[in-house]
Amino acid sequence: MFSYCTDPDTLGQLAWLSCYLTTGVHLSFYLAFLKVLGLLAVTAPVALAFGFLGAMAARSHILPLSWLGRGYIAIVRGVPDIAFFLFFVIALDQLFEYVRHRIKCPDWTGPVRQGNDFIVCPAAKLPLGTSPEWVHETYGFFLAVVTFAIVFGAFAANVLYGGMRAVPRAQLETAEAYGMSHRQTFWRVLVPQMWVYALPGLSNTWMVLIKATPLLFLLGIDDIVYWARSLGGTKTAQFTDYPHGDWRMWYFLFLLVFYLGFTRVSEVVLERLMKRLTHGQATTGGEAQRKAA
Amino acid sequence: MKKLIISTVALAVAAGMAFAEGKTIRMGTEGAYPPYNFINDKGEIDGFEREMGDELCKRAELTCEWVKNDWDSIIPNLVSGNYDTIIAGMSITDERKKVISFTQDYYPPTESAYVAASDSVDLKGGVISAQTATIQAGHVAESGATLVEFATPEETIAAVRNGEADAVFADYDYLAPIVAESNGELVFVGDRVPLGGGVGMGLRQSDAELLGKFDAAITSMKADGTLNTLLKKWFGDEVATY
Repeated sequence: MFSYCTDPDTLGQLAWLSCYLTTGVHLSFYLAFLKVLGLLAVTAPVALAFGFLGAMAARSHILPLSWLGRGYIAIVRGVPDIAFFLFFVIALDQLFEYVRHRIKCPDWTGPVRQGNDFIVCPAAKLPLGTSPEWVHETYGFFLAVVTFAIVFGAFAANVLYGGMRAVPRAQLETAEAYGMSHRQTFWRVLVPQMWVYALPGLSNTWMVLIKATPLLFLLGIDDIVYWARSLGGTKTAQFTDYPHGDWRMWYFLFLLVFYLGFTRVSEVVLERLMKRLTHGQATTGGEAQRKAA
Repeated sequence: MKKLIISTVALAVAAGMAFAEGKTIRMGTEGAYPPYNFINDKGEIDGFEREMGDELCKRAELTCEWVKNDWDSIIPNLVSGNYDTIIAGMSITDERKKVISFTQDYYPPTESAYVAASDSVDLKGGVISAQTATIQAGHVAESGATLVEFATPEETIAAVRNGEADAVFADYDYLAPIVAESNGELVFVGDRVPLGGGVGMGLRQSDAELLGKFDAAITSMKADGTLNTLLKKWFGDEVATY
């Protein structure tokens, strides 16, 4: 990066460190932080949407829909994350490719499953075999978002389902007495009030989501823990200009600070949000706010 | 009309050929196993297999692209079609042959070795570390010693340094530079053990055509001595050659 970095062996400690921390691999390490933050920023709202749909389905009066919602919550919550991430993503990818294969290559005669191999016609490959590496990486990122959203959507769905049931029955009865339809009661009375009950559970889910990001490596995305492990490992002079011993402790210490800082910021934000949502609610928190005012 | 059909067919065939030629072969590797493959300071995949793989692609007239993948899921992702070859210091074994097919070996059957902090360790009854799902891990499990497995080669060494394991069992060529630079902290113990049927490229069993191309390229590299030059460059003069 810097012009004086051509021969690191001759440098003083500080200059050596400045060169070391700006090598290409380290830039990838810093980029991984952006990847993780980007994933969280995209996944959280999508997972919330999945959760909302799941909760709505679970409390639906239409029986099959309710089964679907409950089934989603029960199955996804029950399967270990690591199993889900290892197998589901490959299965999801194969499902996409299989559907494209049926549509795009109706004349293809070879079987899709040949022994252990999964073969679709070249035009059905996702991404296409001809696409550059960044397309593959973006597609991998997209798969990661979908997988995370499905897993954490199930947890969010359960929390929201509980939140919806926690809204006092009297509130809903009052709405009905005013002549509101089911739909109106749901959107105007139930949904605005349920957040205050759901938020503690949702904030838990958010914290777990932050900590689950190292699972990204299972999905083929180089996350920060992967880089910390690989950069911190012992480096011999034969393969790098910057040989060093086992520095993993320092890298992981840095990650510790990052994760703790990030969860701390989340806590502060969530606390504020909670205060605002509590305002004017018929809960003990809302009551306390009213008295204090 | 006939002419039109013929020219359309010709065009379609030409387009099909152009498509086939435009296909990029994706080469899957681990990037954590120097000198076979590792990530260099610039963040690129480097090492013996990178250099040899690029040469193989040139000889087979293929456009290749390198992909990094976790060792644990390196075979599932190959058979699922996320990349087309595994070129990651993978030894040819009968067990793996049931799932994928291999090219001929481009690295002679490897010798594995034990490394420990002192030469007084008990290799038969002690605690030995090895990387998960490797021939070395299989060998340790059979030897009667207690096996501790780690996801990366780096961790297997660290386990010996911090006393979690008495010794590590891994490829001799991976261990050699580490022992050389450890200032006497780590030493080779016991005899070297020849394991596996050499290192080859792994491909899908249904991909016979590509397998043939790479096989031919490896043969030609063996014939004109370029493979031996590369082996010596990356593994030192003592390495077994063809």
